[in-house]
Amino acid sequence: RPALPVHRSARRVAIFGGTHGNEMSGVMLVNLWVQNNTEVQRKGVEVQPFITNPKAVEKCTRYVDTDLNRAFTPENLSTLGGGDLPYEVRRAQEINRMFGPKGSPEAYDVIFDLHNTTSNMGCTLLLESSKDHFNLQMMNYIQASVSNSNLYCVCCFFAGLEVGPQPQGVLRSNIFESMRDILKHALDFIELFNAGMEFPPCTVEVFRLSERIDYPRDDNGNIIAMVHPNLQDCDWEPLNPGDPMFQTFDGKTIHYQGSGTVYPTFINEAAYYEKQQAFATTRRESLVASAIRKA
Amino acid sequence: MKLHESQGGTHPQGQIGFSRVAICGGTHGNELSGVYLVREMQKAERKAKERGNDMEVITVLSNPRAVQRGLRYIDTDLNRCFTHAMLSGSNTNDAPYEIIRSRELNALLGPKGSRDAVDLVCDLHNTTANMGLCLISYSDSDWLCLHVFRHLQRQMPDVPTRFIHFNATNKESYSLDSVGKHGFALEAGPQPHGVMRSNIYTTMKMGVEHVLDWVCLFNSGFVFEGGSVDVYTVVRNIDYPRDRDTHNITAAVHPQLQDRDFCLLYPEDPLFLTLSGETLRYKGKEPLYPFFINECAYYEKGIAVSLARKRRVAIPAIRVQTEQEQQAKKDECTSEEEEE
Repeated sequence: RPALPVHRSARRVAIFGGTHGNEMSGVMLVNLWVQNNTEVQRKGVEVQPFITNPKAVEKCTRYVDTDLNRAFTPENLSTLGGGDLPYEVRRAQEINRMFGPKGSPEAYDVIFDLHNTTSNMGCTLLLESSKDHFNLQMMNYIQASVSNSNLYCVCCFFAGLEVGPQPQGVLRSNIFESMRDILKHALDFIELFNAGMEFPPCTVEVFRLSERIDYPRDDNGNIIAMVHPNLQDCDWEPLNPGDPMFQTFDGKTIHYQGSGTVYPTFINEAAYYEKQQAFATTRRESLVASAIRKA
Repeated sequence: MKLHESQGGTHPQGQIGFSRVAICGGTHGNELSGVYLVREMQKAERKAKERGNDMEVITVLSNPRAVQRGLRYIDTDLNRCFTHAMLSGSNTNDAPYEIIRSRELNALLGPKGSRDAVDLVCDLHNTTANMGLCLISYSDSDWLCLHVFRHLQRQMPDVPTRFIHFNATNKESYSLDSVGKHGFALEAGPQPHGVMRSNIYTTMKMGVEHVLDWVCLFNSGFVFEGGSVDVYTVVRNIDYPRDRDTHNITAAVHPQLQDRDFCLLYPEDPLFLTLSGETLRYKGKEPLYPFFINECAYYEKGIAVSLARKRRVAIPAIRVQTEQEQQAKKDECTSEEEEE
């Protein structure tokens, strides 16, 4: 029998909610599981639900001083300064201590960072690396198990589980239950993997992040056009050169001028106005995940 | 419903013309349609003034600091700061920003209740609820507002447009639109706060244009025929179920109610779905119309859904007062004063 790539057991799993304090599904799920963790218990794995940004959750705001989800830089994690540091930098250091350090043997094996988006993205698993066969296999397992087909995988620069569309500060029942369902199957996968199940090679469709497209702005930096009605809510649908992209306030259309077809995502995400992003383009790829089995 | 004689069957009521109309956006800084529409109108200021008929359109960004920070408010909800008590009183050093601002707005557009107040305040809002376009007013008998509403409905047949009446007889009006002699809020949804949806912006823009068109028509002497409109009068609000200790919500709006604003809610219909999967049902005796279903900003105000009764309201024919009528009115007032 050929040797299968092996992967160590996933013994410790963390579920983060409230990294952005107004993304309510994760806040509610983690609060629920902190009170009563029955639903997330699995044999052979320790699952820790955790609110990462409690001050932002309390104020129901994305962040207090700075975006926690951009705070995990090497400089931030190593800097001294204690109480003078921005709140989220202190939180990043604390979280890195508790669940990391990132890349070290003491770090948690899997972390699910729960997010919501105002974009019509369905359920999106964000992966940092396209070579992470464990995560690709987990993705494949979840896709085969969930009832809805609104599940996507993005190779990005941060990891997480993103479910939308949901306004900030709002809890929608269907969005909440979708996220809950995804996590259920993800934990099932981990339990099966830890028990020694072999997962044969599989093909997973992923969207690789390509470009960030900002809103058209005037010389003062003010937005002068909106996402076009033809593009609004069309995350994951092909955007071809010449397709409508933006609509100015007096009704003129601005067209996509790229060289080829792209798959837009994060279309009109509220939090990205300040990050100069109207949407992101991705390219579709088929990745082959190697077979894996527990070491 | 029969019209009274004084509302005169076919004889239109003469109403005073609108010489000053205020369009306000950004009363809540993260409700973006109004923010951007006011900005665009201010850019095209000269165009707006060219409407003629001696009508002045004043555009106002109500809460600039909140707009700049993309927040609903800085210290307190500006749209609750317009009671007479809050408007009077002096600015102290630690006064909330919105109180200082409400007094500035009252000086600009009011004073509330006085002869100098603008004739109409149209305050632009967005909601996360699936409410289409709503005209929200404290009165169900301000014929000018009801005629404006009917005009919007007729001019925008593809947009679900409704009139919501907050019965404020028991308590005082507190919102920005109460500063003008006439006023209403124009609410468009669904749109997440902090987001600009092009379809919602277009709806709001068209709505404001039709409001201003109506005012121009009115000022020019056009006679608007009587008729009737549906009015939704708020009866009560329902809060989320909450944890006794933390006050955190313990259930979400039920999927069968979510997005079904203005679809009649019957006794025993689902209201909430708890985190443990239990359905909580509407226990009222009377079927009512729900709206502001799952409005983000109302979590902190303890409102998951508002409920209203719908009824048909007759509106009289109206037209602007002629110069003779205005003179007659003045003479009447003068002679009354002389008698005193």
